Amino acid sequence: MTQQALIQARDLHKYYSVKTGLFQANQSLQALSGASFDLYAGQTLAVVGESGCGKSTLARLLTLIEQPTAGQLSLDGIDLANANKKEVAKQLRQTVQMVFQDPFGSLNPRQKVGDILQEPLIINTDLNADQRREQVLAMMQRVGLRDEHIHRYPHMFSGGQRQRIAIARALILKPKIVVLDEPVSALDVSIQAQVLNLLIELQQELGLAYVFISHDLSVVRHIADQVLVMYLGKPVEQGASEAVFNSPQHPYTQALLSATPQANTDRKRKRIKLTGELPSPLNPPSGCSFHPRCQNAVAQCKTTAPVMQQHGDVSVACLLVV
Amino acid sequence: MALLEITNLTVEFATAHGSLKAVDQVSLSLDAGDIVAIVGESGSGKSVAMLALMGLLPWTATITAAQMSFDGKDLLTMNAKQRRAIIGKDISMIFQEPMTSLNPCFSVEYQISEVLAQHFGGSRGSHKNKVIELLEKVGIPAPETRLKAYPHQLSGGMSQRVMIAMMIACEPKLLIADEPTTALDVTIQAQILELLVELQQANGMALVLITHDMAVVAETADRVVVQYAGQQVEQRPVTELFNNPRHPYTQALLSALPEYAKGKTLNAIPGVVPGQLDRPVGCLFSPRCEHAKDLCHSQPAPRSEGVLCHYPLPINTTAVIQTEAVS
Amino acid sequence: MTPSTTTTSFSVRSQQWREFWFYFSVNKTAVAGLVFLIGVVLMAILADVISPHSPTEQYREFAEIPPAWMEGGQMRFFLGTDYAGRDMLSRIIHGARLSLIAGCIVVLMSASIGVLLGLVAGFRGGWVETIIMRIMDTIMAVPGLLMALVLVAVLGPGLLNAMVAIAITYTPSFVRLTRASTMTELNKDYVTASKVAGAGPMRLMFISILPNCMAPLIVQGTLSFSTAILDTAALGFLGMGAQAPLPEWGTLIAENRDLMLSAPWTVTFPGIAILLAVLAINLMGDGLRDALDPKLKRS
Repeated sequence: MTQQALIQARDLHKYYSVKTGLFQANQSLQALSGASFDLYAGQTLAVVGESGCGKSTLARLLTLIEQPTAGQLSLDGIDLANANKKEVAKQLRQTVQMVFQDPFGSLNPRQKVGDILQEPLIINTDLNADQRREQVLAMMQRVGLRDEHIHRYPHMFSGGQRQRIAIARALILKPKIVVLDEPVSALDVSIQAQVLNLLIELQQELGLAYVFISHDLSVVRHIADQVLVMYLGKPVEQGASEAVFNSPQHPYTQALLSATPQANTDRKRKRIKLTGELPSPLNPPSGCSFHPRCQNAVAQCKTTAPVMQQHGDVSVACLLVV
Repeated sequence: MALLEITNLTVEFATAHGSLKAVDQVSLSLDAGDIVAIVGESGSGKSVAMLALMGLLPWTATITAAQMSFDGKDLLTMNAKQRRAIIGKDISMIFQEPMTSLNPCFSVEYQISEVLAQHFGGSRGSHKNKVIELLEKVGIPAPETRLKAYPHQLSGGMSQRVMIAMMIACEPKLLIADEPTTALDVTIQAQILELLVELQQANGMALVLITHDMAVVAETADRVVVQYAGQQVEQRPVTELFNNPRHPYTQALLSALPEYAKGKTLNAIPGVVPGQLDRPVGCLFSPRCEHAKDLCHSQPAPRSEGVLCHYPLPINTTAVIQTEAVS
Repeated sequence: MTPSTTTTSFSVRSQQWREFWFYFSVNKTAVAGLVFLIGVVLMAILADVISPHSPTEQYREFAEIPPAWMEGGQMRFFLGTDYAGRDMLSRIIHGARLSLIAGCIVVLMSASIGVLLGLVAGFRGGWVETIIMRIMDTIMAVPGLLMALVLVAVLGPGLLNAMVAIAITYTPSFVRLTRASTMTELNKDYVTASKVAGAGPMRLMFISILPNCMAPLIVQGTLSFSTAILDTAALGFLGMGAQAPLPEWGTLIAENRDLMLSAPWTVTFPGIAILLAVLAINLMGDGLRDALDPKLKRS
């Protein structure tokens, strides 16, 4: 592609300092260790993993709620490290927006829908009340809601409609990148389909780049162009969606795919059983973080941490896949 | 004689906007060792029906049924004391949020031994060995070290296992699992579902699995009940349901899954589940049904051939395309 | 979800009021409390019109006359007269004004300062929060009435000073409530969404968070109202609040203290007035909390 990537992330790290006791030194919580990817307009990058894998942290970094501890991040050509934060903050706000998981919690219960949608315009633009209203109504129609809904409160809507409102809010500033944190996980299957169709339509119409965070692999397979699989803050496999799903290389990816139930009554498929629980991010295992639960682990896995290396169509972080 | 027999159960709630019919003429019959999944989306009344069985609904609910009996005992005419003797002992229920369904103030040992003491007598301390045995049964490693743990010290998967241990402590004949894995990660979900099926087979327990996830149903259940807007629309053995759904809603639900999408567009079902105030005249699914005809819009659907529909889909339809299994 | 052909701002609001009223009216005692309170308010507004006499006019020849149903009483002075011959009923009716105004002003003062401090404390955290909360802890450590007495001693006796003193002692509870609510709401997604949209601290505090903290604050305000009436009466009884001849209910009891045994009606009826007003407000406050508490939503 000759165009520049909308997101260029290189080796992003985020550590938190956590108090573990009154007289003990602060421990370092490695929420994210080394995510790298490029994302172009009109594409979707899916970030997949379970609790504690760092996907929410990545979302917070991309939407500028927090700053990375290390690594480089540039959005729409602006490198965050070099630029003056205050000046670019406003511009970047109009470039990156977010849709949250919980349709019940992501809208202010005490604000009418019209006010919720106007808020980003009031903060960031100089439009007068009529112009704002016009934009709000246009966006409401675009996401499939009626004009009169602007007078209602969020609790008067169903989950799917609330998520549409959340999408409308994210798009009202006309961003180029939208970070979607489990946007359909809390929705019923039939509504999920409606909202996903809407998201795909909007992406095709507006050329949006999506960072789609999800744990639901069937949804991810449907919508993603690229997939980034994470475990305990580290990326373990990354590549084109087809490649990762058709021939997963990393044992964790294989286990994830195997554990995902399918709407198929043929029960004879072989399951990879993962034993044990996710380790605490405060105390990650030595060497490869996955080795305590990995069926293929060898002695070296305990001592050496693998790095992401290209292997065919995907990048994998596994010592045994070389 | 069936273990559980519910016939025409109806639950109505008194609300600010009038009466809400959350469950409408639902029937269910279970034998020991059955695994039945109740599937539905929000507003289908799947949880409410089971909560009514357990007597856990608030005072605003009115429960009516032609029959609601468990193990020969009539649940409708029972008083609170008799009910308490059964609930937790012969019928148990596990809930969706393991983090909030355990009491945060008490340790794991306390909570499990409380159940045992309540139903089998004796002090809480006397049941310690049984507690360790139960924790082992549900797959918690080194259970002796976990006895004094508090719920906030456990992960989601562990808490759910403790919950399961609590609920099978008295070896119930029927275990109701209300979305037991929805709040858990996918790999943990697989472990918990496997555990439930193992326990069910070991104890000959009947298992009712309430879920909205069709994939979980396909892999776990023997029989499926599909509910929509409080009504029971279809009840079939699982393989038949997936290969040949006869109610348009079931068919639409299956084809809305990403696995069956054509290209980039998913087969969404237009519209929303009717709420309290916009219940259609006639069949409740008719506004959203692609096969709906005039009769469907004007007359409530009858139960014909086990399906709540005026025009059940024909047997052996090829409407649902099977997907290739993933690796 | 409500079906409607057209939804206007007005219809949404009226629907919310109707729903609120449904949950509130389930509690019959709360409705009774509300009705009584409305009666007291009307009585206070219409005091000049409905009271049979002026509250300050002294009928020297009719001093210490018992209530109309007792021996020696007259219909003209329905609840009797006090030591100076002033009609008790008129004084009590006019006293309602003072008590209600005192309650309102105390609640307004303590709530506005308390909510502001609570918002700032919860939002900023750090040393700002620590300083505010420790000051509030100090105020709470001193018994309320004693602190009010000290403040009044410093500022001088009088109804206004009494109100200021009481307001200061009520502020910590508002601060605590608001801070707790703020800390809960701060982690919610909609606040993060506003931040991502670029909202600054002022907008976040007052437009995003504050409206969501209102339910416990309204209940606290209602209960503080009743306690304020009690405390104003207490200070009035001690001679440190409203000064005679103001017919504040506590002051009424104070000035007729010596007549407690010989003319008990002079202290009983003001006492009953305080009792009923406070009871009504508390009952209503209970009902309000039940109606506003989302966790008690029943279906």
